[in-house]
Parts: sequence; C-alpha cells; structure tokens
Amino acid sequence: MIGIEAPGRLLLGLITGIVFGFLLHRSGVSKYATITGQFLLRDFTMMKMMMTAIIVGGAGAYAMHGLGWVDLTIKPMLMGGVIVGALVFGVAMAVLGYCPGTAVAACAEGRKDALMGVAGMLAGSMVYAEMFPWLKATVLSWPDKGKITLPETIGAPWWVFFLVLAAAAWLLFSWLGRKGLDEGVKG
Amino acid sequence: MNLLSKNRWSPYLAGALLGVLSWFAFLTAGVPLGVSSTFVRTAGMIESTVAPDHVRDNAYFAATKVKLDWEWMIAAGILIGAYLSSKLSKEPKGDEVPQLWASRFGPSRGRRMLGAFLGGLVLIFGARLAGGCTSGHGLSGSMQLAVSGWAFFACIFASGVATATLLYRGGKS
Repeated sequence: MIGIEAPGRLLLGLITGIVFGFLLHRSGVSKYATITGQFLLRDFTMMKMMMTAIIVGGAGAYAMHGLGWVDLTIKPMLMGGVIVGALVFGVAMAVLGYCPGTAVAACAEGRKDALMGVAGMLAGSMVYAEMFPWLKATVLSWPDKGKITLPETIGAPWWVFFLVLAAAAWLLFSWLGRKGLDEGVKG
Repeated sequence: MNLLSKNRWSPYLAGALLGVLSWFAFLTAGVPLGVSSTFVRTAGMIESTVAPDHVRDNAYFAATKVKLDWEWMIAAGILIGAYLSSKLSKEPKGDEVPQLWASRFGPSRGRRMLGAFLGGLVLIFGARLAGGCTSGHGLSGSMQLAVSGWAFFACIFASGVATATLLYRGGKS
C-alpha cells in the first residue's frame, strides 16, 4: 500500500541528506542555543548561514534555469496558509529551539528534547490530517496569489535581487561584528 | 588544521556548501531541499499500521501521498550526516536541559520534554499550513525568490523574535 520510489532516486536522496545533516550539525544551527540566540538577536549564525545559502544556491539555480538545465519549483503564496502558518511556526520554533530539519540533526547527536520534538511533530501531523477538512474550509480558503516570484512582482531581473541581498547581508553582518552584538548565548 | 575535526565551521562556509548542495538537488532530483512533508508521510505510515482504512480515506494523507521517496531519504540522511559530524567533531556533550530554558522554566527535565513535545506538535502544524518549513520555504523558496518563501521567512522571524523576547527576557545571557 505504501509506494516506494526507484532505488537510484532514494540513494541520491540519502547522499544529499547526509551532506545536509553534516552541514546542519557542523555549522551549529542544530543547537537549541543557536536558534533561540538568533530569535533573541544575540547570535546570527542561523541568519549568516541561510543568507549565504540563499545567495549561492539561488544565483546557481537561476543561472541553471536560464541555461534550461533545471526547472524552478515555486510554492503558492497562500495569504492564509503561509502567513498564519509561519506566524504559528515562529512561536513554536522559539519554544522548541529546533526546526523540523535541525530537530532530526539534534536527535543524531543525542539530544532527548529534540527526540521529544520529533515525537510531537509526528503527533502534530496526525492532528493536522484530522483537522484538514476544517482548515481547508477556513484559513486555507483565503486568497491564493499563486506561484509568484519577486522578479515577476517587482519587475527587475533575478541577479539584481542577489546583488542587493549580498550587499545588505555584508553591511548588516560587518556592522554587528564591529558592535560585538552577535556573541551568542549559552546552552 | 583538519577541517573534518574542527568543532565548528564558519556559517558562511557551511552556507555556501549548502547552496552548492541545493544545485546538486536541483540537477539530480529536480526538486529543492525540504523536510516537513516527511513527517506527514511518516505519521501516515505509523498510523496505517493500526488504522489503514482511516489513513487511506483521509484527504490530507491522500494528497500528501504516504510513500517512501527522495524527500523521506533526505530526513534519513540528515540523521546519518549529523551523527557523523557529531562523532568526528568530538564536541563536549551539552546540558540535558538547555541553560537558557532552565533560566526561565527551571531545571526540570520533564517540563523541558513536555515543552519540546508541544513545541514540535505546533511547529509541524504551522509548517503544513504554510506548505513548507525552514528548508522548503525559508531556504529553497527564498533562494528561488518566491514571494511565499520570503513571506514565510519574515513571519517566522517576527513571531520568533517576539516569542523569544517575551519568554526569555531577563534570562541569563
């Protein structure tokens, strides 16, 4: 009853996941203190890592898309789902201290609280599946703006966004470094 | 200095490598990195061992397709990769109850475990409402300059900063 994809594709997923998990752990973002420190604006490790990944990954993805090598997969802008979902997600992430991916990584280094977080996520998935018909009739029925991107919405080429993002990130992180505002928090 | 045994990598180095890993995902799998729908699929697999008919008839499990796929293997890989990194780095084991949590909620292990369980429950609920998590929306969506990805990023920051400030304000830094 449960479908299984082709073995080659599963192996590719596993290899990609192993590198992903290694980077999540080694950068420190799989730590409770790194995530809560980011939300307390005292540790910018998470923001530095994500911004770098977005700029490097995104410039490459758009370049490869331009060459016709890859398709982009844009998620729809659901005014209810994305906004309400993300606001709820942020509250829970500040309490848990992990996101879904880093919770799995933290389990691997033996964090029992991350294991409880994963158990909570499995329970939450079951609750969500039961509540889905009601959510579909309410929050998820709010306007869907479709699979829109910033270049389409603002009318500027993609590389402008990555240049602006890189400049803004460089200014912010060097200013924080000079002011000594990202020294982090303990455990 | 051996990079593999260095306890922490610069977030810029790790981020750049994560960006390159995203190229690899696009090229080899045709889809970007994501994690949260794996929890739904796993929950569906677990639930179908006791109530297979109920899972088959559920509209959400039907739409998400309970299956063993590329994205499921990403989560399995994260477990292995983080374990390897943790063993190679020989980092000291952290406190069981994080210090920041203890400064606000006390040293009780049970309270931290309950908090983490409820946090996880609400976390995945938010991720499934939004249609992605920090990986699918925050990372993969934002790098494709999706409006949904940046809206997600901005909203989790707004509510995360507000919640952390309310919860841990006055906590030991």
